[in-house]
Amino acid sequence: MLYLSFPRLVPIIGFLVLPLILSLYWQKVLLSVAVFALLAISWDILAQSSMVSLGQALFFGMGAYFAGIMNHYLGLPPFLTIPLATLLGGLLSTLLLMPVLRLRGIYFAMVTLIIPLMLVRIIEASKIFGGTDGLSGLTPLPGGLFESYLILIALVVILFGFRRLMDSDYGLILRGINDNDRSVMNAGINIYWYKIQALFMASSIGAFAGAYLTHIYMFVGMPVFALDYSILPIAAAVVGGPGSLAGATLGSFLLVPLSEALRGFGGLRIVFYGLFLVLFVVALPEGIFHYLQRKYEQFERMVEVEK
Amino acid sequence: MSGGPLLQVQNLSKSFGGVQALSQVNFELAQGELLGVIGPNGSGKTTLVNLITGFVKSNSGTVSFRSQDITNWAPYKIIRLGIARTFQMVKPFYQLPAYKNMIIPLYSPRVKQLAGGKYGDRNAVALDLLEEVGFERDARVAYKPASVLPQGYLKRLELAKAIALQADLFILDELFSGLSLAELATLIPIIEKLRQEGKTIIMIEHRLRELFRITNRVIVLNFGRKIADGAPREVMESDAVKKAYLGTEG
Repeated sequence: MLYLSFPRLVPIIGFLVLPLILSLYWQKVLLSVAVFALLAISWDILAQSSMVSLGQALFFGMGAYFAGIMNHYLGLPPFLTIPLATLLGGLLSTLLLMPVLRLRGIYFAMVTLIIPLMLVRIIEASKIFGGTDGLSGLTPLPGGLFESYLILIALVVILFGFRRLMDSDYGLILRGINDNDRSVMNAGINIYWYKIQALFMASSIGAFAGAYLTHIYMFVGMPVFALDYSILPIAAAVVGGPGSLAGATLGSFLLVPLSEALRGFGGLRIVFYGLFLVLFVVALPEGIFHYLQRKYEQFERMVEVEK
Repeated sequence: MSGGPLLQVQNLSKSFGGVQALSQVNFELAQGELLGVIGPNGSGKTTLVNLITGFVKSNSGTVSFRSQDITNWAPYKIIRLGIARTFQMVKPFYQLPAYKNMIIPLYSPRVKQLAGGKYGDRNAVALDLLEEVGFERDARVAYKPASVLPQGYLKRLELAKAIALQADLFILDELFSGLSLAELATLIPIIEKLRQEGKTIIMIEHRLRELFRITNRVIVLNFGRKIADGAPREVMESDAVKKAYLGTEG
């Protein structure tokens, strides 16, 4: 049965062992990998539910600012600010996007792209929440392995939990809305209510990632709404293979360390990074995960024949 | 249930830009009737269906279901009252097995409500319903992905999805189109069975010969207007209908 459990055991054991064997620097990279993996999973859930988002930074930034504000002004400890920021960030992001849920495709995407950029300008102009300086000196998480395991265990739970959810009948409704929304409406199902639920789940995942990183950096400021947090998760999901959540995770595990490893190239880093991206997309347009899955299933069939 | 008509359409009109797709259409439908709606291409048949089921908003007029005004309601609310429709263009989820396509209607709040607040085993119900419409259980047709199924099965799948909603009024939009005679022969008994169960049915059709075999009332639409309403034989004798189908002389 090892053969069947192998694809699930590898990531779980990998996540648990990695913090123990990596150097301190790469441990920090691993945190970043997990944060981007969560953002990519959040993007993938939305994309599977018919909402193409260009604004994961909105969810990320909401969570980050909520955590920062609650810690700085109210003095709440991280074990309270992180769950509260997850829920409030998800809720506020959902409320902000609710009026445009009727928009589809590129129109919805444009709105999600613009909102985080607008929020940055609002913070800058109104000088609220520390303005351009942001809020610093926030409470750190208990250091060492705790911060690694917190995000890695969250990642494993979210990855496998949401994979199961998207495979269930409930997930079928969400994917049905993406495929043919009229057919879902025609079953007497209110598709906007389901889209709101998917949006809340996805934005809460993003907000959790933001709240977590705020306490790691002990700082929250305007950069949390930066485009990086919107674009890199999409690249990770596309390179890894969209529609599987596992692909989004795999993509982050490739792209984030790659970006770090290319630091030696200095100014040319982004050029090589771009080349890698193009290479992946051209050579494996289906995404790495779907390629591996196909090979694995071919292998599975060969085993069956041998019996 | 009141003694009035099940469905009442009054002065229903709709225009798309400058095109009057439907104008001042009136009709009533009693419980258990099978009404055929015919007319040349572009005469407003599908618009009529879309207006009744809320997929398109009307400009004026009213639609009442069991004496309740449902004009311009959201489709999902109308469907929950017990109206089920099929689409002219069947668009199943091709990569999914046929029976998994049934999950979406079986997830409907209406199904849950009728079952007393509990969903049953959806997969089992899906397989039973598909067997009823002729997906041979022994050949395991229901397990095949929709992408490999012939048109006849896809139409029956579409019908099974409507049946799954346990509706009282079925609106079947060109269910017969694109089917061979053999495939048709499998569909007609299903519709007759629905009638025996007391269901009310509206059929939009181009296949007049087959339609006239099972209905005794048709409405004819032309350029969005109702030009005839009655028994098939009388309707086809009327001059207005002949003109609409054959054009005027010289």
